Amino acid sequence: MKNFKKQLLAGPYLMWMLGFIILPMLLIVYYAFFSNHKFTLSNVLAITSEVNFKAILLSLKVGILSTLICLLLSYPLALILKNIKFKNQNFIVFLFMLPMWMNFMLRILAWKILLSKNGILNTLLFNLNLPKIQILNTPSAIIFGMVYDYLPFMLLPIYNSMAHVKKDYIEAALDLGASRTRILFQIIIPLTMSGIVSGIVMVFVPTLTSFAISELLGGGKVLLIGNVIEHNFMQGMRWGIGSGLSFVLMVFVFISMILSSKFGEDEKGGTGVI
Amino acid sequence: MKKELIKFIDISKSYGNHLVLDEFNLSVKENEFVTLLGPSGCGKTTTLRLLGGFETPDSGKILFDGKDITNLPANQRKLNTVFQKYSLFPHMTIEENIAFGLKISKKSTQYINDKIKYALKLVNLDGYENRSVDSLSGGQQQRIAIARAIVNEPKILLLDEPLGALDLKLRQSMQYELIRLKNELGITFIYVTHDQEEALTMSDQIVVMNQGYIQQIGTPEDIYNEPENAFVADFIGSSNIMDGIMIKDKLVSIFGIEIPCVDEGFGTNTPVDVVIRPEDLVITSPEHGFITGKIISTIFKGVHYEIEVLAKDYKWLIHTTKFANVGDIVGLSIDPFDIQIMKKAEYSDEKAVEIDEEL
Amino acid sequence: MIKKTLSNIYLVLIFLFLYLPLFVLMTLSFNDSKSKVIWGGFTLKWYSRCFKSETIMNAFFTTIQITLLAALLSTILGTLAAIGISSMKKKSKTIYLGATNIPLLNADIVTGISMMLLFVKFTNLSFVTVLIAHITFNIPYVILNVLPKIQQANKYTYEAALDLGASPIYAFYKVTWPEIRAGVFSGFLMAVTMSLDDFSITYFTKGPGINTLSTMLYTELRKGIKPELYALSTILFFTVFILLLAINIKNNQKQHRR
Repeated sequence: MKNFKKQLLAGPYLMWMLGFIILPMLLIVYYAFFSNHKFTLSNVLAITSEVNFKAILLSLKVGILSTLICLLLSYPLALILKNIKFKNQNFIVFLFMLPMWMNFMLRILAWKILLSKNGILNTLLFNLNLPKIQILNTPSAIIFGMVYDYLPFMLLPIYNSMAHVKKDYIEAALDLGASRTRILFQIIIPLTMSGIVSGIVMVFVPTLTSFAISELLGGGKVLLIGNVIEHNFMQGMRWGIGSGLSFVLMVFVFISMILSSKFGEDEKGGTGVI
Repeated sequence: MKKELIKFIDISKSYGNHLVLDEFNLSVKENEFVTLLGPSGCGKTTTLRLLGGFETPDSGKILFDGKDITNLPANQRKLNTVFQKYSLFPHMTIEENIAFGLKISKKSTQYINDKIKYALKLVNLDGYENRSVDSLSGGQQQRIAIARAIVNEPKILLLDEPLGALDLKLRQSMQYELIRLKNELGITFIYVTHDQEEALTMSDQIVVMNQGYIQQIGTPEDIYNEPENAFVADFIGSSNIMDGIMIKDKLVSIFGIEIPCVDEGFGTNTPVDVVIRPEDLVITSPEHGFITGKIISTIFKGVHYEIEVLAKDYKWLIHTTKFANVGDIVGLSIDPFDIQIMKKAEYSDEKAVEIDEEL
Repeated sequence: MIKKTLSNIYLVLIFLFLYLPLFVLMTLSFNDSKSKVIWGGFTLKWYSRCFKSETIMNAFFTTIQITLLAALLSTILGTLAAIGISSMKKKSKTIYLGATNIPLLNADIVTGISMMLLFVKFTNLSFVTVLIAHITFNIPYVILNVLPKIQQANKYTYEAALDLGASPIYAFYKVTWPEIRAGVFSGFLMAVTMSLDDFSITYFTKGPGINTLSTMLYTELRKGIKPELYALSTILFFTVFILLLAINIKNNQKQHRR
């Protein structure tokens, strides 16, 4: 009975959770499937309309590409950072994580200045007698911005899991005659799989669903699914379609979660990482 | 005459300002069980890591089968290591762990499967192929680590305190397993430990090390019966070690009492260390001993009593099968043959004291 | 050797990628010219305009209020919840933690919209709705930081304290609290970080006229770029840099002392 008293402490949270997490979710589902108190699939099926379908495809493309680039940039970076032998290794790692704590809008502002029509990049190209390029307001600019914004979120979990790979395993593999490449692919990558998976989740979900980066760096000309949903709520008051698309997006997010957690378990990477 | 397999020539190694090995020389013959024995920080693990290729010496050379391997990377050396904490790859099954080295040398699947079966049988774990690493006990993991190393048929197996993490009973049974393995495989074992009992049980040759220097090399019998200095004597077993003065041949003085012994050749009036093993002291009546003292403790150790006698402000340690009462005044006698006289250790007077406190 | 050089080049390249944009921002904040590429001499006028701008200052103070209030309240609720959850049976524990994970895993935009639907249905969007939303997405971070500490803590010391005649509150304060304090503190810090950085959820749940730095910047950036924002960026960057450095140094010292 003593335990029961203790469990009561979770009571306020239970109320909070029901009111502000569960109920809102139910509301989305309600608006997605009911129009004028009648069941309908039209809101969810709005995803198949040409504009919306293009938006979700583009979002998937942007999300996957940004995540992949983040992964490919972060992994070698984490490896190098782990093997740094300076006394102030912690400080260097800290420097690479620091931009993560800068307000996310300000980071976008920084890129907007660099990439803009009369910005630094183009002035530089002009002075080198090279043709100006128009990156801003294209999907490339969005991917650039996303990689910039979310790189530390990929780096952090990978670096953490790598810091936990014991030197003993690498020495044991060397002792058995393994080359550096083999050690990377058969020892280090499998042992850091949990970090890779959580990095992928931490980057893929926000890049798939972002609307601010695409609005600001895409200049409103590139429509991701996030932008479509935002427009439906904030400009058109089309709550039904907005909820329907949100529901679809939620399904995508949960599918990617399940896939990644399954993959992470298969590799048993967790056992080596304490 | 057995062939010389490993030769360390004038190896020095330091970490920062700390000199770990100083002009270290050692050779190891084929098919020997050699133990590097010493307290932590004596340089034994560094010696092993130099041989494994995980460290490079500051100066000197290491020869393996006559060839210089000083700068050869670890993954190209034809020897294998069993690590202190097993270091089995946690994301692989037992089978995959054992096959790791074989796959690198591109052996056929048939060969690999046969080898795995053979190795598991050798370490008494047949049928464990598909188990995961964390389902195994410490002792089992250690055997798999050994199996993983020996399937590659190294000429030398390096073992870095492999039994350190196991409990006493398991450690003892693993000691016999290791001796059996070494005999079955017919290869050289180089074993690192700080446990003198382990060293005495298993080795053909023991290398006693302290502070980067070799203190004595010899068979377990040599080391136990004729330690060359007080450090070795103290490290190898609990002994009565006292300062003495060699008056002349066959006569030594301790605490001002002159006692006959059998040693010769130390000169006259030379300071020496005198070692008397506890089992060699005999308790007699006060008038029959060379020294008189009072019994201050008696502990039954199962086979014998461990008795402490305070005489001349020194606690004499005695192992005997006869009971004696605390508080009794007794005499101690000894056969001259059982007194060992040793020249003072070159480097390690302070260190020996330190270790004494640790034990 | 070549490998070493290559890795150093790689480090420098990524470092430039991360910091060059910020460096440009900071330089421009002292530039007398409005142009993004021409240096018009040193000035501090953007800083003074930044401090005089009502939009920026209002957003700044709203952000501070929401961040601190949300972090404080979510830390209290989350810590209590963690204590409660830790004493539950496995089944209810799984259900609780599963629900806790929803806002963590779900897309921010969906979380934001779902709460907006709720608030619009039952009340009006305002400062309070933003605060409620922030508390909601902060609580899971607090729970995830505190729960492991409770589970590591020795169960029996609390009971031993009760056995020795301590009141439950006294026993909590003297026995449990020291063991979970580090977790509560890092949960609080994490909540602060999340609140400061949030854009999407605030964007959907804020009332008219209420702006945090993030939503204010979004509106401003859509209109165009004002040099005052460079000054704001520079100030924020160095504030964060110094704060984190202080925390890092303190942590390092603690580790050394152990």
